[in-house]
Amino acid sequence: MMEIEQHALYALAAVLLFALGFHGLLSRRHLLRKIIAVNVMSSGVFLLLIAVARRDAVDFPDPVPQAMVLTGIVVAISISALAMALARRIYRQTGGSTLYAAEEEPQREEAQEE
Amino acid sequence: MTADLVLDLLLVVSLLLLAWLLLRSEDFLRTAVLFIAFGLFMAIAWVRLLAPDIALAEAAIGAGITGVLLMDAIRHMEWERQQRGEDGPEHPPPKRPLAVRGGILAAALAAGGLLVAGVWQLPGQRPGLAGAVSDRTEELEHPVTAVLVVFRSIDTWLELGILMLAVIGLLAARGRQTLEAASLAPPRDPVLEGVVRVLAPLAILVAGYLLWLGTWAPGGAFQSGVILGAVGMLLWLSDHRSIEALPVWGWKLLIVVGFATFTAAAAITLLLSGAMLEYPPDWMLAMIKSIELAAAISIGACFTALFVGQHPAQQRLQTDDGKQERHPRL
Repeated sequence: MMEIEQHALYALAAVLLFALGFHGLLSRRHLLRKIIAVNVMSSGVFLLLIAVARRDAVDFPDPVPQAMVLTGIVVAISISALAMALARRIYRQTGGSTLYAAEEEPQREEAQEE
Repeated sequence: MTADLVLDLLLVVSLLLLAWLLLRSEDFLRTAVLFIAFGLFMAIAWVRLLAPDIALAEAAIGAGITGVLLMDAIRHMEWERQQRGEDGPEHPPPKRPLAVRGGILAAALAAGGLLVAGVWQLPGQRPGLAGAVSDRTEELEHPVTAVLVVFRSIDTWLELGILMLAVIGLLAARGRQTLEAASLAPPRDPVLEGVVRVLAPLAILVAGYLLWLGTWAPGGAFQSGVILGAVGMLLWLSDHRSIEALPVWGWKLLIVVGFATFTAAAAITLLLSGAMLEYPPDWMLAMIKSIELAAAISIGACFTALFVGQHPAQQRLQTDDGKQERHPRL
């Protein structure tokens, strides 16, 4: 059996996480779920960066990608918090939790009455 | 197969499974709990990849702060539904036509396939920048801290700016001018109060220790700031008096101090050595330490603000006016 290297395994998982998150971002409609999906995607990106840093490790993994990921994690969470505040604002003003409130909300009301 | 590889394989499969489950789940609470578990597994993955700095930050952010934000947003939406008199579980939005769903799946598969092919062709080991960094660090023995505050300090500087902007954007989105927020005022719970009294000082101590450690070991401003942010959330959630001890201008000061210190350091270094953020050797350690301290405080204050700011503005102000509005201004 072919010997799999550790960093290759994590790199593969990273891109699969990215693809899973991407699918979630497109297919889920609730804004909170979209925010969660973007978070899964960013986890994939970070994992790939660190997997590459691990590949280049001699006695210590490359510190530059590590610093980039640390910065990225903090930026990702602050953007998520901002996105959640925007989602709450949309929810309060339109009563809808998606970006499609204008055309689809009336249909939903009818469906409820039936 | 070695035992190490089996462990990695299990970890990777769990990560993908958790991601799949949390993206598929229809129940929000379940999603939030799965997301917290996902964050913890990511933290283990960082340790496996020899990146303990990131593991420390991820354990606090991915598993802690994001989880709190998510749960809070879920509860808030439920509360708004109750205010509107809607009962029962929320109706999911109507399903998209099959063709659209197929298109989305195809797009995701195509993106995934391309990325897998790309990863497959990743070249073998490259020298990387580890050697270059360790050759140039004299005072700072921990290379990640060195990259963060010396070689790529502009990233950290601008990141503090992003945090500040996120706080301002959040207050704008919530239509608020100050950071004061109505406390949720849970019933006085002696157990909760006791736990907070022990936990909060301990957590602040840990944050200080991580900051001090950052010079030569995993740790530093980021990890320390994230823990400070968690302390702020804890104090606010448990309605602890100490969170009100700080006036509004005090909060504003804490939020900008990191960015301001960085800007001042950039100006001073520009004047002294002619190059921005190129620290003069004699002052290097002192400048870096003060930048890190200010950054940690700002990160902590911004995270607290990013959580507290999600909530409606101070209700106490409204009662002072003699109004009993349940919906404060947007």
